[in-house]
Amino acid sequence: MNATAKTMTDNAALLEIKGVDKKFGGVNALRDIGFCLNQGSITGLIGPNGAGKTTLFNLITGVFPADRGEIRFKGRPVNRCRVHELVRLGIARTFQNVELFENMTVLENILVGLHTRTKCGMLESMLRFPRTIREEKKAMTRATELLEFVGLQKYMHQRSSDLPFGWQRLLELARALAAEPGLLLLDEPAAGLNMSETRELGELIKQIKDQGITILLVEHDMSLTMSISEKIVVLDQGKKIAEGPPRTVQSDETVMAAYLGKAKK
Amino acid sequence: MGDRSQKIIYAVFVLAVILLGWGIDNAYYLQMLIFIGINTLLALSLNMLMGYAGQISLGHAAFYGIGAYVTAILTATYQVPPLLSLPAAVCMAMFVAWIVGIPTLRLSGYYLGMGTLGFGMIVHIVFREWSSVTGGASGFVGIPPLTAGPLTFDSERHYFFLVWTVVLLAIIMCRRIIDSRVGRALRAIHDGEKAAAAVGVDTKKLKLQVFVLSAGMAALAGFLYAHLIYFISPGTFGFVTSIRIVTMVVIGGMASIWGSLFGASLLTLLPEWLHAFSEFEMVVYGLILMTVMIFLPRGLTRGLLDIYERYRKNNDR
Repeated sequence: MNATAKTMTDNAALLEIKGVDKKFGGVNALRDIGFCLNQGSITGLIGPNGAGKTTLFNLITGVFPADRGEIRFKGRPVNRCRVHELVRLGIARTFQNVELFENMTVLENILVGLHTRTKCGMLESMLRFPRTIREEKKAMTRATELLEFVGLQKYMHQRSSDLPFGWQRLLELARALAAEPGLLLLDEPAAGLNMSETRELGELIKQIKDQGITILLVEHDMSLTMSISEKIVVLDQGKKIAEGPPRTVQSDETVMAAYLGKAKK
Repeated sequence: MGDRSQKIIYAVFVLAVILLGWGIDNAYYLQMLIFIGINTLLALSLNMLMGYAGQISLGHAAFYGIGAYVTAILTATYQVPPLLSLPAAVCMAMFVAWIVGIPTLRLSGYYLGMGTLGFGMIVHIVFREWSSVTGGASGFVGIPPLTAGPLTFDSERHYFFLVWTVVLLAIIMCRRIIDSRVGRALRAIHDGEKAAAAVGVDTKKLKLQVFVLSAGMAALAGFLYAHLIYFISPGTFGFVTSIRIVTMVVIGGMASIWGSLFGASLLTLLPEWLHAFSEFEMVVYGLILMTVMIFLPRGLTRGLLDIYERYRKNNDR
């Protein structure tokens, strides 16, 4: 799936964030954030509400640029790239509130997900060259594979909005994978899922990682985050307050204070 | 829709066109059918933009007018053969759409509506006031009939076949776009621009592309209109026409290729049928449109299909 990714050394940083600031009006949404995501790892990004997790997601995916600092993907600065350019480079995401194309079928949602990996343009679609038909067939095969991976192949001709919520999440995940990303950002993928669904999701995320895809995960479900992440980054009020393996972060005093309030002396 | 049923529909369409074309001798009826064809092209062009990509245009008559005026000026004033003025007219409209689209398509919703409305008005004023070139408010007279080599389209019957061949080709092209990677991306923009960008669709570029395509189709309709009646005036390409095109799309069915045909047919024929109501014509016209929208809010095509499905389900029980 990821030929270029595989050739890089295992510990190379896929994404580097250095000294990133972001202000909205007078509010410092992010201050001097810096960390790295290693190739093929799962990193959990946690923090109380308003810590700046979503802002950071939006910076990485190019929704808006950082005021200061640098973001590098595969060693190249991507501060000024637009959202769709970053998808082409290999950064895909899912949304906290599931953003599917509701009037399209399950299959069509995946086919749109393949947009960056297919080429046919406006004129070509009108003229329908043999090449166009071949590409379309290939896209179909790939889309079916992806639907099989998340277990939705039986429902491919249903409207995506008719699926139950848990399956919509899986569909969105499959759609993100269709872009063949090197880095996958998951924004609270377990929100609204029950316990068994969350467990299955955890398994799925691990399988995705095993395909060589690096994952950054924002999640409130601590058991999920702690069990699958190799590294945790903790944000609080726009600042990074801790970074490390789950075990160390869990026992970190500043983290406890941020989540539970400071203990009285 | 399967490939086979699509082929059957095309076959029925072609058969209907041939039968109507040979069967009808009344020049007035043929002319009505030609107008339906031209309006179908207009509705189709706006449907690509509004129905599929979700971008409203309240100034579409401007592109229709550009197509008509460019060919009028080239063929009548400069004696350019129509075969050359056709690409000129279409390219001109596409070029204008490209220039106008870059700033305008940054807007969305009501604001895009206002932006395109303003654009339509400006173009209308240019048609009316630039008298030395366009003939001004009294119109442009003396547009030659359409000739292509040995063929001359000066009889109603010939023109009928020409227009409906163009309509058929346009329908096939649009269908192909909709069923392709580009068409899916367009519909994705309609459903959610944020999500479309997040799967890698260059929303800005694609919206501009479909706007330009849509303008080109409208200009083609304008070209056919100008060479049909040999006379054009600014009134035909004003705000009322823009709204009428929007109405055709909405009544026929947003995001429905065949809906464009139904919407255009209804809005072309209705005023003719309603002449009997004389001074109440507009009232009845309005009432019919309101009734369609109240009972078939998703337009004729979807609405009638829904009714059919419900009927079939009830019978199955």
